[in-house]
Amino acid sequence: MLSIKNLSVATKEKEILKNFSIDINDGEIHAVMGPNGTGKSTLSKVILGSNDYIVTSGDITFNNERLNDLTTDERAKRGIFLSFQEPISIEGVTNSEFLRTAINERRDTPIGLYEFIKELDSATSELEMPDGLLHRAINKGASGGERKKNEILQMKLLKPKFIILDELDSGLDIDSLKIVCENINKYLQENPKTSVLIITHYPRILEYIKPKYVHILLNGQIVKTGGYELATEIEKNGYSKINTMDGKLENE
Amino acid sequence: MEILGIDEEKVKAISNYKEEDDWVLKYRIDSYKKFCNIMMPSFGPYIDIDFDKIIYYKSNDYNKIENNWDNIDNNIACEFRNLGVVNSEKNLDGLGVQYESEVIYHNMIKELEEKKVIFTSIEDAMKKYPQLVKKYFATIVSNEENKFSALNGAVFSGGSFIYIPPNTKLDRPLHSYFRINSKSMGQFERTLIIVDDNSELHYVEGCTATNYSDSSLHAAVVEIYVGKNSKCRYSTVQNWAHNVYNLVTKRALVEENGIMEWIDGNIGSKVTMKYPSCILKGDNAQGTCITISVANNLQQQDTGARMIHLGKNTKSNIISKSIAKNGGNASYRGKVDIKDKALNSEAIVKCDTLILDELSKSDTYPTNICSNNTSNLEHEATVSKISPDKLFYLMSRGITKEKATELIVLGFIEKFREELPLEYAVELNQLLKNNIKIKKVIKLKIVIK
Ligand SMILES: Nc1ncnc2c1ncn2[C@@H]1O[C@H](COP(=O)(O)OP(=O)(O)OP(=O)(O)O)[C@@H](O)[C@H]1O
Ligand SMILES: [Mg+2]
Repeated sequence: MLSIKNLSVATKEKEILKNFSIDINDGEIHAVMGPNGTGKSTLSKVILGSNDYIVTSGDITFNNERLNDLTTDERAKRGIFLSFQEPISIEGVTNSEFLRTAINERRDTPIGLYEFIKELDSATSELEMPDGLLHRAINKGASGGERKKNEILQMKLLKPKFIILDELDSGLDIDSLKIVCENINKYLQENPKTSVLIITHYPRILEYIKPKYVHILLNGQIVKTGGYELATEIEKNGYSKINTMDGKLENE
Repeated sequence: MEILGIDEEKVKAISNYKEEDDWVLKYRIDSYKKFCNIMMPSFGPYIDIDFDKIIYYKSNDYNKIENNWDNIDNNIACEFRNLGVVNSEKNLDGLGVQYESEVIYHNMIKELEEKKVIFTSIEDAMKKYPQLVKKYFATIVSNEENKFSALNGAVFSGGSFIYIPPNTKLDRPLHSYFRINSKSMGQFERTLIIVDDNSELHYVEGCTATNYSDSSLHAAVVEIYVGKNSKCRYSTVQNWAHNVYNLVTKRALVEENGIMEWIDGNIGSKVTMKYPSCILKGDNAQGTCITISVANNLQQQDTGARMIHLGKNTKSNIISKSIAKNGGNASYRGKVDIKDKALNSEAIVKCDTLILDELSKSDTYPTNICSNNTSNLEHEATVSKISPDKLFYLMSRGITKEKATELIVLGFIEKFREELPLEYAVELNQLLKNNIKIKKVIKLKIVIK
């Protein structure tokens, strides 16, 4: 599904990712953990072609197609979806206008208003979100948790093949996290080929959405890969006690 | 009859042709003299008009205002059908249509006639209701105001006259539509609206013109009287062709407890200078102006609002949204003047500008005066670019850069769109979308060179 080879990413000021590589196959769930500021969000935005970063070397391949030269919207239309760590609000643009435009980008004929409202209503109720979203501006006055729910609502409507969840668990209360994860799991059951990249600091979300691999990102590279137990180990001991040697060996 | 160029004889010829009363002719000649003596505006965009090359008046063959499209020349009726004007009438209480210099169509629902509402052309009103017209005509905008209000006084033709009697509220808008079709045509309509005490009106004005390379001129004057406890809303989106100088003077006089609202959109024209104003004369009078301006390649939108507070406890609110792109210039020019006797008054000015590229420009020229210390005047201004984060967010959902920009631009003027009747909001969206399309064509031309 997604393959990143020797990716180096920098801003004008500094290098963030250095020779970063990862392979995610169809239907696999991967988690990436790492201290603040190591480049997890950078990775997620670079996969979607953000202009904030310069890719100095390396390739991002999605279903055997090189993504590097595609624009953000083209990558999204290939089936990549990012649930942002901090979703922004957009003044004056209603969810209705926004979502219908996004859905229509993926269709030959525009979605009918009735069909759209039906889909939106069922998705909002499954996420236990309040009604009346339609005519509100994107994330206008929304709390951190409400914004996260709205990200997953968009995911449900846009039906991606590859989902990146950047700290979905931050901002969501315990009950909401459970609801949101159940929605994601249902989607994964219905679309078993979908792959997921979960970025998180805590193992809780991984209890709901079980990853096959947990990777530790340090100094711009994956320094260790393990299973779910690696997440609990980090929760207990932090990053300083990680024995990176075998991680590096695995990578090489 | 067609009048090319201007002098006193030609002004008389227009008046003669219209068979006007003496007082109207005198007013025209007085205005013409003032036009000759007043200088061009000392501020704003450069105006390059050759006054000898403008057609000041052009009659149509039938000297009659029709109330049935079947009686109107088929070609012209067809044009208005294609513009959607004919069809829009079902959502209105009344429709008036002006083609070149003359009003050709006027119709109003029966109930309003029974209520003694008057909706007709200014010439017709001068003949049928001279006392009523004389009482208000040229009392709100004088012919000495500026060169173009003087010019309008000399050669005015067409425009709406509306009288809403006391204690009358209209459920749906009255609408006038103005079209320029000839080359070098000048349109000088004169609108006078009187909303008598305890009444309410929503008036909507629309306009278009065929595009020619030669400049044409639209110099209108709009006067509105808002009586005690009355409310008037005037909504317009001008979409003049890109060769039109749009130099318009619009003013409302608001009596005690009256409310005036200008909803003013500027998308077309080559140069627009327009500052709808409210004179808040009575105590507790309120004025609002929500204006948007979009300046594309080679366009200059010099727009804003003026609020003059005379009465006590008066309130005004100016919201101005400007968008500049492809080298266009969209500037805010406004004035709020709270006079010494206007105690306990309140004025809020909010100007936001969105600049879409490095080539484009925007300036703000606010004049804010508060002459007593019980009143409050707030002014807030922002200039922003399309935020890359917002673009990235929308594009990350698969929306192209063009569409994402369009959504953000439409979002920026949401406050304005909200205030428009639904059909016009849809039309406005379409206009703005077309505007973004134009951009691509222009780029292409540059590449070919
Ligand atoms: N657009 C940018 N411009 C400049 N520096 C940036 C930019 N984005 C990220 N950085 C820097 O790059 C580093 C990595 O940031 P990133 O947001 O990817 O970290 P993270 O791993 O997601 O951290 P957290 O766990 O706190 O979310 C940080 O030092 C950050 O300050
Ligand atoms: Mg992050």
